[in-house]
Amino acid sequence: MDFQLSEDQRALQQGIRSFCDDRYRFERIAELAREPALRDDWQALAGMGVFGLRLPELEGGVGLGMAEAAVVFAELGRCLAPGPILWSHLLAALIPGAASGETLVGGLDCAHGGADWSGRGDAESRGAAPVLIESGAELDALAVLRGDGVHRIDGPALAAGRKVGTPLDPLTPLLHLPALPQGERIADADAAAKLRLQGAVLVAALQLGIAESTLELAVAHAKTREQFGRPIASFQAIKHFCADMFTRQELARAAVYAAAATLDDPEIGDPTRAAAAARIVAGEAAMKNARQCIQIHGGMGYTWEMPPHYYLKRALVLEQTLTPTDTHCETMAACLATGG
Amino acid sequence: MDLRYSEADEQLRAELRAWLAEAVPAHGAPPPRDDWPARRAYDTGWQQRLHSAGYAGINWPAEFGGRAASATGELVYYEEMARAGAPYIGHNFVGIRHGGPTLIAEGSDAQKRRHLPRILRGEEVWCQGFSEPGAGSDLAALQTSAVRDGDCYVVNGHKTWTSFAHTADYCELLARTDPNAPKHRGISWLIMPMDLPGIEIRPLPTLLGESDFSEVFLSDVRVPVENRVGAENDGWRVMNVTLRFERGSAWASDIFELREFLSELAGLARQRGGWENPALRREAGHLAAEADALWALMKWQLAEAVKTGVPGVGGSALKLAFTELNQRVYELGVRLLGRAGLAREDIGALPCARIVDKFLNTLSLTIAAGTSQIQRNIIAERSLGMPREPR
Repeated sequence: MDFQLSEDQRALQQGIRSFCDDRYRFERIAELAREPALRDDWQALAGMGVFGLRLPELEGGVGLGMAEAAVVFAELGRCLAPGPILWSHLLAALIPGAASGETLVGGLDCAHGGADWSGRGDAESRGAAPVLIESGAELDALAVLRGDGVHRIDGPALAAGRKVGTPLDPLTPLLHLPALPQGERIADADAAAKLRLQGAVLVAALQLGIAESTLELAVAHAKTREQFGRPIASFQAIKHFCADMFTRQELARAAVYAAAATLDDPEIGDPTRAAAAARIVAGEAAMKNARQCIQIHGGMGYTWEMPPHYYLKRALVLEQTLTPTDTHCETMAACLATGG
Repeated sequence: MDLRYSEADEQLRAELRAWLAEAVPAHGAPPPRDDWPARRAYDTGWQQRLHSAGYAGINWPAEFGGRAASATGELVYYEEMARAGAPYIGHNFVGIRHGGPTLIAEGSDAQKRRHLPRILRGEEVWCQGFSEPGAGSDLAALQTSAVRDGDCYVVNGHKTWTSFAHTADYCELLARTDPNAPKHRGISWLIMPMDLPGIEIRPLPTLLGESDFSEVFLSDVRVPVENRVGAENDGWRVMNVTLRFERGSAWASDIFELREFLSELAGLARQRGGWENPALRREAGHLAAEADALWALMKWQLAEAVKTGVPGVGGSALKLAFTELNQRVYELGVRLLGRAGLAREDIGALPCARIVDKFLNTLSLTIAAGTSQIQRNIIAERSLGMPREPR
C-alpha cells in the first residue's frame, strides 16, 4: 500500500498545472466570462491529452486510468477551466473526434437532468424540470444519458434552443431547449451507468480543485489584508475558518483519490460506494470553501472583479452535474443498509 | 495510488484474525464499570494475552520486545482488533501508547530495562500527570514544582483529569524544575511511582457519573532524581518525542468502529422504523461518506509518514474531523432511539446503554489530546502558515 501520488502522477500533475497556470490565468478567465472561446481551448486541451487520457494508446489515447484522470480534473477545477471538458473526456471512446478535440461534446444526464422524453413541447408547463444544456450553443454533439443507454444528438438539432441571457456561472453559458430532440442510441444502459460512475468521481475531482484554490485564495488574502493594525490571518475567527477549509480539502482529496483508485481496481472496495462518498465530501468541500472564501474576502469578496464568486458559481454548476448529492447520500444509505 | 495491502500484511491479518477468533471469546465479557480492580485485571490480562501471542507493542522496535510491524501492518492490527471486538486498550493506554514510547526514545538503559518489559506484559499500569487546573490547553503553564533535594526531587502540586490514577503503578509527570526559565524551558519529565507518600488521589466523576478521572494532589512527594527522563528542564521536548511513534494509524480502530456503528444504526432504523424517513437516511449516508473519507485520509497520511519518516501535520486535521464526526454519528444514534434514549440502560431490545453512553463519551474526544480549537490553531499555523498565537 502506498496511497500517495506516484512519481509519474506527480509529473502529470505538474504538467497540467503549468498548462493551466499559463492558459487559465485569472485575467483570461475574466475575459472568457465576457466572451467564450471554447474552440481555441479545445485544441490545447486535446493536445495535453485531457480528452483521450483514458483511451488506450492504440486508439490514439494516453492509456492512463481514473487515478490520473482525477489528478488532471482536480487541476482543471482549480483554475476554473470552462466548457464541457468532463463530457468530452467521458465520451472519448464513444463519439468520434471527442478525444482529438475536433468534436466538441457536451452532455446531460436524463436521470437527474430533468429532461422530458415525451417529445412534446409542453413538458415544462406540466412541471417537468427545464432542459438546460451547458455550452449548448457551441456543441457539435450532445451525449444524453438515459435509462436505456447513451444517446447522441447532433449540434444542429439543438438549434431550437434559446441562449439563457444571464447564466448563474458567467463561464458556463446555457442553452434552454423546449424539449430534447430524439437522438441516436450509441451505447447500452451499462455504458451509461459506467459513465455516471466515472463522471461522479471526476465531478468530485473538479470540486476538490475548487476546495483547494478557494483555500489558497482565502489564506493569501487573510495574510495580506490588515484590519485593527494587523493581518486578519492573526485572528482566531479567521484561522479557524481556514483550518476547517483545510480539513475539508484533505478529506475531499483522500476520498476522491480513493474513489479513483477503486474504479481502477475494484478489488480494493465497492466503486459505487467510493464514488458516492467522494462526490458527497468533495461537493461539500467545494461549496463551503467557496462560501467561506467570499466571507474572508469581506466586501471585496462580494465584488465581480475578485475571483471568489466564480468558484462558488462553478461549485453550484457542479452540484447539478450528473447525479446530485441527495441521491449519492441515498446510495451511501443503501450501502449501509445492505452492509455494502 | 496503491491501496492494496501487501502479502505480508494479508498474512498478518490472517494470523491475527485466527488468533482473535479464539482469544476474544476466551477473555470473556468486561467487568462492571465501577469495579476498578476487576477492570485493571481485565485490561492487563488482555495485554498479557497479546504479549504471549507476540502482538504486544505492535509499533515498538523489536529490540525492546515490540512487534515492529510495518506502518500498514500496524493498520491491519488496529483494523482486526476492531473487527473482532477485542477489549479496549484501557489501563494499558498510557504505558503502551505514550510512556513506553517516551522511554524507548529518551529513557536511560536502566529505565528501559526496568519498565518496558513490564509494560509490554501488562504488569505495569501508567497514568499521565500533565494537566493541571490552570494548565489545560496551555499545558506549559503548569505550576507543579519539583525542587532538587539531594538525590530526590520534592514535588508539590495539583494534577487533574488523570485517568486511571487510582489503579496506576506509575505516573508520567511533568513538573517545573526551573521556575525562572521561560515556561517551556523549565519543565522536567519524571517517572513517579504512585505508591510514594504524599500522593492523594480524589475521584473526579466524569459527566457519565463514573470515576475514570481523578485529581491528584502532590505534597512533598520525593521522586528519585534517577527517575528523570532526559535532561533537567528538557521535559517539554521529551514529552513531544512520542509523536515520532505516531504514524497516523492511532485512530484506525475508532474509525473502523464508527463505520461499523453506522451500519448497525441503519439496521436498527430499518427494524425499528425511521429508515423510511429520507432525511434520516440521507443524514446517515452523508455521515458514512465522511467516515469513508476519514478512512481514506488515514491511509493517505500513513503513506505520507512512511515516505517522509515523520508524521504529517495533517494529523491535526484527522483528529479534528474524526472527533467531531464521532459526536455527530452518536448523536444521530441517540436521536434514533427517540424517547428510549432518555434511559442509560437498555429499554426493550434497544441498546440504549451502549449508544447513549458512547455519545456522552464522545464529548471528551474534542477536548482530550488537544481540543478542537487547539487543533485548528495548529492547522492554521503549521499547515497554512498563518500567524502564531501568543505562547
